[in-house]
Amino acid sequence: MPFLTLTGVQKLFGAFTAVEDFNLEAEKGEFVSFLGPSGCGKTTTLRMIAGFELPTGGTIVVNGVDVTHRPPNQRNVGMVFQSYALFPNMSVADNIGFGLKVRKRPKSQVEKRVQELLELIHLEDRGNRYPYQLSGGQQQRVALARALAIEPQVLLLDEPLSALDAKIRLILRTEIRAIQRQLGITTVYVTHDQEEALSLSDRVVVMSEGRIEQIGTPFEIYNFPATAFVASFVGTLNLVAAGVIDAGSGRLSLAGQEVRTTKAVTEGGMDGRVTLAVRPEGISLGEGPEGSNRLRGTIEDINFLGSIVRLRLRLGDSNGTGLTLGETGTTISLDTFNEPHLTVPPVGELVTVWFPQEACFVLGSAREGAAAAAELVTEV
Amino acid sequence: MTQGGSPYAAMKLRVPGEPELPSKVPPNEKPRRGALWAWIVFGLGFLYFFLPLIATIEFSLGHPTGPVGAEPSLQYYENVLIDPRSEFFPRLFFSFLIAIATIILSIAIIVPTAYWVRLRLPRLRPIVEFVTLMPFVIPPVVAVFGLIRTFSGPPFPLMNTTIGSNVVLVGAYTILSFPYMYRAVDTGLRAIDIRSLTEAAQSLGAGWPRIIVGVIFPNIRVALLSGAFLTLAIVIGEYTMASFLGSKTFGPYLSLLGQNRAFEPAGVSIISFGLTWIAMGAIQFIGRGGERIQVGGAR
Repeated sequence: MPFLTLTGVQKLFGAFTAVEDFNLEAEKGEFVSFLGPSGCGKTTTLRMIAGFELPTGGTIVVNGVDVTHRPPNQRNVGMVFQSYALFPNMSVADNIGFGLKVRKRPKSQVEKRVQELLELIHLEDRGNRYPYQLSGGQQQRVALARALAIEPQVLLLDEPLSALDAKIRLILRTEIRAIQRQLGITTVYVTHDQEEALSLSDRVVVMSEGRIEQIGTPFEIYNFPATAFVASFVGTLNLVAAGVIDAGSGRLSLAGQEVRTTKAVTEGGMDGRVTLAVRPEGISLGEGPEGSNRLRGTIEDINFLGSIVRLRLRLGDSNGTGLTLGETGTTISLDTFNEPHLTVPPVGELVTVWFPQEACFVLGSAREGAAAAAELVTEV
Repeated sequence: MTQGGSPYAAMKLRVPGEPELPSKVPPNEKPRRGALWAWIVFGLGFLYFFLPLIATIEFSLGHPTGPVGAEPSLQYYENVLIDPRSEFFPRLFFSFLIAIATIILSIAIIVPTAYWVRLRLPRLRPIVEFVTLMPFVIPPVVAVFGLIRTFSGPPFPLMNTTIGSNVVLVGAYTILSFPYMYRAVDTGLRAIDIRSLTEAAQSLGAGWPRIIVGVIFPNIRVALLSGAFLTLAIVIGEYTMASFLGSKTFGPYLSLLGQNRAFEPAGVSIISFGLTWIAMGAIQFIGRGGERIQVGGAR
């Protein structure tokens, strides 16, 4: 039996639909992330679970109890905010103990629990400090301890790391996951950072325009995106328009060169073109083994990104040979791991790249793929 | 030490052939013109504020039988402070009581209102602001006649008793304090992230009374003190309403004294001025600790 269930949850603000038909079942101790661009409804959904927003429709059930219409102070749900929201007039210890004092727990019990949590967040000696005397990372740790102090049924985190710098974010991310695993608390985490969502979660809910695009494990979300939006939002992806040579056998035409997919092409636009998706790390320089897809093109740009080097390739040769009439040339990116002895072809060189048939997949019509890519560019 | 005799003169770094640039700030430069003007403006402001006080003090020390300012004497202060028939202290004490009641009532009305408007009803803010400005629109003499007319008979015949008229007076003063208290509280609320603080407290199980008293009040303490100061200053010196409502407060006493005596009102003004400042200092002292509070939810 799921511990947290959202069934047909909907939220309207006037005529604007913020969340539409949201369905989710989370097990006890599961870490679920809501991932999506700004305005996709992820925070609104989280606030409905917390009780700060009343759903227009649907139900929210926690541990078998319908809490849809319960006020937030009667849900026993812990919340961590992006802005920390620590009480400025209270010390760290008082902040952590606030929820327990509200519950009228004995003083000795409050002190013991506060001490336990201070140890959990490694701030044993900061109990008497005030929030303004702590760094951003320390304040967020205190906010986490405060939310955990009441032993909530569900822990909700609303972009808790967004206000922190990259290094602290990475450390705190690991700590949050470790604490969550240690306590076995059901957690919902809202973020627009795909790396955060993929690295932390048991399951990821990708959202766009108030709707769920896909629910799955990080592995599924990354490797088998269900929609063009998920494919374009999660990770880096080459989305290119391709013509269909033979839909049944999955033969496509890309910049005049043939590409094969492992599945038959069932979708396609009125113009007979589809969107082909290939991740940059799925493409390699060279001829590759027999049966793999090969493309020829000219190196147009080389980007050094630290651990990887990204090459941009314009398909066809520098004279445009290989392009069908009307095509101005398609570019794709490929990633190669950086290493001290790495040699990459210079800009302008004609090269061959390859990728296995299973590394590429078709995402609906070419127009749909282009819309997903454009939406992403606009939102990001 | 002269420039030429300085042992460090030879250490000055110069590029050969480079002309020596004239120093922008000569060592014996006079204060900058901007700073001079600032001091002049400050001096004028100081005189504007303190000259009347000094004149009042000097007048209050005038000799009882001689010409004004002949020989300084504390005779009039004694008349006011020591004379058992003097109503100075009872009136002042009563005014302080009325002021405290006014401050409490004003805070009790304004804080939840301003908080709720900021949290849930931001569209109502212009209307609430306008309502709080009514004391500037309606003259006190008009307002007090309205109050007398309303509360002289059923269903609220408050004016028939002393306690009742004092209740009306506190109510009237509370309305007078609205423009100052509302703005002070609203500014305080603007400085903190009340939405996040409220939601954090709610998620931890707190109800509305606990949120307002335990979270909001302490974090707008400085703003509350500011509103309280202004209310105290208004109530202590208010004459029109107190006079028409027949309350024995300090304002009417000061007026009555001014009509019958020459020097004592000046002395009383100085004393009341000092006492008001002491009261403000006491409130500030009681409310100390604000400096450790970070205004805002996050750094």
